[in-house]
This record gives sequence, C-alpha cells and structure tokens, in this order.
Amino acid sequence: MTGHPERALPFVLDQPRAHWHDESLWFVRQKRDRQASALPEWEELRNAAHAIKSHTMSRLADYLALFESNAVANGIQVHWARDANEHNEIVYGILAERGVTRLVKSKSMLTEECHLNPYLEARGVEVTDTDLGERIVQLRKEPPSHIVLPAIHLKRQDIGALFHDQLGTEAGAADPAYLTEAARGHLRDKLLNAGAGLTGVNFAVAETGGVVVCTNEGNADMGASLPPIHIACMGLEKIVPRLADLAVFVRLLARSATGQPVTAYTSHFNGPRAGGEMHVVIVDNGRSKILAEETFRRSLNCIRCGACLNTCPVYRRSGGYSYGYTIPGPIGSVLAPHRDPAAHASLPFASSLCGSCSDVCPVKVDLHHQLLAFRERLVKEGKTSSAKSLAMSVMSTVFQRPWMYGAGGWLMRRVVPLMPRFVLYGPWNPWGLQRELPPMPSESFRDLLEKEETR
Amino acid sequence: MTSREAIMEALRRAAPPPCEPAEPPRGIRFDDPVAKFSEVLASVGGRCVVGDYRELEVVQTARRVLTCPDQSSQSPHELADVDVAIVQGEFGVAENGAVWVPAANLGLRRVVFVIAQHLVLRVPANAIVHNMHEAYQRVGRDRFGVFISGPSKTADIEQALVIGAQGPRSCTVVLE
Repeated sequence: MTGHPERALPFVLDQPRAHWHDESLWFVRQKRDRQASALPEWEELRNAAHAIKSHTMSRLADYLALFESNAVANGIQVHWARDANEHNEIVYGILAERGVTRLVKSKSMLTEECHLNPYLEARGVEVTDTDLGERIVQLRKEPPSHIVLPAIHLKRQDIGALFHDQLGTEAGAADPAYLTEAARGHLRDKLLNAGAGLTGVNFAVAETGGVVVCTNEGNADMGASLPPIHIACMGLEKIVPRLADLAVFVRLLARSATGQPVTAYTSHFNGPRAGGEMHVVIVDNGRSKILAEETFRRSLNCIRCGACLNTCPVYRRSGGYSYGYTIPGPIGSVLAPHRDPAAHASLPFASSLCGSCSDVCPVKVDLHHQLLAFRERLVKEGKTSSAKSLAMSVMSTVFQRPWMYGAGGWLMRRVVPLMPRFVLYGPWNPWGLQRELPPMPSESFRDLLEKEETR
Repeated sequence: MTSREAIMEALRRAAPPPCEPAEPPRGIRFDDPVAKFSEVLASVGGRCVVGDYRELEVVQTARRVLTCPDQSSQSPHELADVDVAIVQGEFGVAENGAVWVPAANLGLRRVVFVIAQHLVLRVPANAIVHNMHEAYQRVGRDRFGVFISGPSKTADIEQALVIGAQGPRSCTVVLE
C-alpha cells in the first residue's frame, strides 16, 4: 500500500529543493512568531477563540438555524448538502438554471474537498481559479500543496515556464513581479467575463446572517461583486455566534497564516449585490460524524490558517503531496482518516509528535494528541501495515523485559561494528537510506549509571 | 427527510455537552494610535498622509477618477478602467492599518473599491480605533462592508511580495 513515506520519497530525494521548501515555510513560521509576540494578549485570544468555537460546536444546529433565518431575511438563498456530490449538484444546478458557462472561483478548500472543478468541467462549465497560487496549480493540473500557499512547492522558474507556455510570457522570464503582472491581466479578463463567482467562507455569523471572506489579492471581491451571481460554499463548522466574535478570529487568522496583521481585504457579505443574487451552500460531508467523536471533535474548530503545516518538521521536509489528501500537514492527518481509515492510515504516523502544531494553533486544537489517539485506533483496528505491527509487538515484548533489553543492547554493541554495510543498510533499514547509524558505544547507559552510583 | 433535516438531526445527536462562550479580551492599546496606524499601513504596502486628497499625485495624473458613492447605474464592468476611486472610510484600525468601508459609501456598484487601479480612502483623523474589538463595536449591518488594509497583494510566487495582484496597485489613506 502507498503511504506517506512512499509518496514522500521523490520529494526527499531532491535534497536541495526539499531544503529550500523547508526554509520557505520556516520563514512564514517566523513571520507568524513576530506577530504573535507583538500582542500581549495573544494567549488570551487563543483561549477566547477556543472557548467560542467549543461553545458553538455544542449548539451547532441552533446557530446554523439562526444563521439561515437571518441570511434568508437578508435576501440570501441557503442550500444544504449532506455530502460532496450533493454540494456539486447544487452548485451546478444554480449555474445550469441560469445558463452560466463561465465560473470564477476564489480560494476554497471545501470545493477542493468536494472535487467541484472536474464535476463542473465535465458538464461544460469553464472554471477559473482566480487566486494566483490556485491558478498556477490549476494550469499545471495539480491540486494545491498547501491550504494557504497553494504553489509553495514551485520555484519561480517552474512558474515562468508554465506562464510562457500557457499565458505567452517571455521565454525564460521568472521575475515574480513580471509574472504576477501577466497573471493580473489574464485573471482580470476572466473575472470580467464570468457569469458567476464562487467564494469560500472563512466565517459565517449567526447573528447577522452574513459570511466573511479574507483575502489579499482582491479576487474574491471581484468574483463576488462583478457577476450577477455569488455562490459562497461553507463547511458547517464555519459558523460563529456573534459579530463581536469576528474580532477574535480576524485578529488570529492572518497573523497565524502568513504573519500579516490582517489580510488586505476582510469582506462581509450580508446579501447580494444590487441587481444580483447570492447563495450560501452549507456542507456536512462527514463533519457531523466527527462532531460525534469526543476525542476528535475539536478538529472542527480549525480555521484553516495553515500554521500547523508551516511549523511541522515532517510537512516542511516532505511536501504537501506526500499526504495524498486535500488538506496536508497535521490537521489533514487528523481529518483524512475519518474519511477513509484504510487509505489514510499512514498519516497519523507522519508526525514526530513534537507538539509544535498544537503550540501554534490559534484555536488550540490538540493536534498531536489527536494524532496519537488515531495511531492507537488504527493499530487496534488492524489498519496499519504488518511490518509496523510486527515491529511494535517485538518492541513491546523487549521493553517489558529488562533482561531482554539488556541482552539485546549487549549483543548490538558487539555485533553491529562487525557487520558489513550491505547487511546494515539493506532494504530492511529504511531509516538508513539517507542517514548513517551512530557509532556503537562501548558501554550501555545502565553500565554508566551503575559506575556513577558506586563511585 | 430533506438534507437540511438530516444534517440538523445528525448535529443534534452528536452535540457535545453545553459549554459557555468567552468574552473577547480587551485588546492592545497604543499611546499614539494615529502614528501606529500609519506605521502598520506602510508595512503592508499602503501609505497614510494628512491633507487634501485632490492634491495627491495619483489623483492629479489620473485620466478617470470616480468619487464614491457613485449611484449611476452603469454596469460594474464599466468600472474596469477607473484609475482612481475616492472612497470615504468610516474609521481606521491602528493595530492592522485597516479602514472600514460599508456598502453605502461605495454606491450602487460595490466592486469599485477593488476594481479601480488605485484606491484613495478618506478617513477622519479622529476616527482611528486601537484594535479590532473596538472596530467591531462600530461595524453596522450593511448589506456589504469591508476592512481594507493596504493595496491588493500576493506572495504566491516564491513568497516574494508583489503589490497589485488583481486589485488596486496602491492604497492611500488620507486623514482629514
């Protein structure tokens, strides 16, 4: 079975590029740190965000009902989708009924999760992702490799070559300002000629019946306000009770995501534009199932800032595609196994359990605890590989018997230095693929301790 | 059973025990909020000036200036060649350089603030609040409203910051 280690292999084999990827994300993490430390109330904000989200989850149905009635009073049409397919049907239905064949989208991880683009394209709708990073990966026919920085795995030369091929930029040109200017013309053209605009939702406010979208480029605002139809798609966990709660989340989101004090545009859509119509599609797609699980429900508090990806030593060194799921990194590794435990069984193990993800999470999701809990469940359910299960049972036997552990160590210290390389670094030692084993010590820790105590 | 009913029922069945929400913290305050606003706005690629917006170079050299709110019922698409949009902001936020603009200040075609090549926001000099908690106390229930913090920007190519992604290439806040 292909798991995280197998998918990560091509990425880690290109060491200079993997190193560059690691550094790029660490740079974003450091920007986040500077913003967090500039606010004396940072921890208070995280606590407030956690409490607001937990409260909301305890009354999710009530708040969704309140949101719906306020949204309808604002002139918004509200739709409900149990799963990805129903979501796609609803969006296509709105477009088809009005004869729309050109759709512009701003960033929406939900529509990635539902695989909306291929669904619409198969039915003759031209879909353009208008966020620059999303457009880059769309033109490459790739999914985003990061939830906030979709093209973080690409170098400027890759994008220059792509734009030369697809947008007619000069051959060899790779200056980000030049490439962005070329994309600006291309994307504004798409935005001006679209029949409908689709946006994601960062927050939906029960009290006002409106949705909030946070972006830097301005593409969401153009997509929602140029064409006569605005469709906003949201996972049902995006709800917050009150307008005042937005202050807490807006302050945390951009600082955690990109290290900005706020995004360039924080837009509050409380109704359609003049002469237009607005739809909100509320999607479950497995979320109510996660809510029912005491250990894992806190993962629904996630506001998709991506901070846990940027800080994760495994994500930074293995890239987004190694996870094989729409949402990579620690949060993706918690969400994916709910969808298909067997297919994503390797993800909770793609972690050092260092806990850095939980430390940077703006809403205090206990990510590394959830990863550990998932490991336990997957092992119990027999979803892990037989090699891993065998290794674990051997370790369990040895660690429970100190004499066996001592004898094993004694043997290794004497035998390992005598072994030829092809034995030590055979296919049974994946750890040694890119690493050297440390030299064997002459004495065990127990020997040293004994000496120290008898001195 | 409709999808709505099915989802609602699943959520009620799954609901965790009730727990109380939290009151937001008080939020950071600054000795000189106007200076902080100006400093943060500059750090996000914007510019804060004091004076008469008509004297700005970006306004003087523009071919098409649109003063908002604009109620003429032209199609939003006709705004694509607006060089400068002049928009009244309600207040500014010191902690992040953002200015609140409700729909009423934009006019019939709300897209104007993001489709114009350059944006000029007029804000009363005494209307700078410290933080977003104070800001949301002043946000109304308009059909649409937006916090604007600097010009349109992207860092999607190798984390290199480029000003003027799809929207305005500059954002000048004029304190009056």
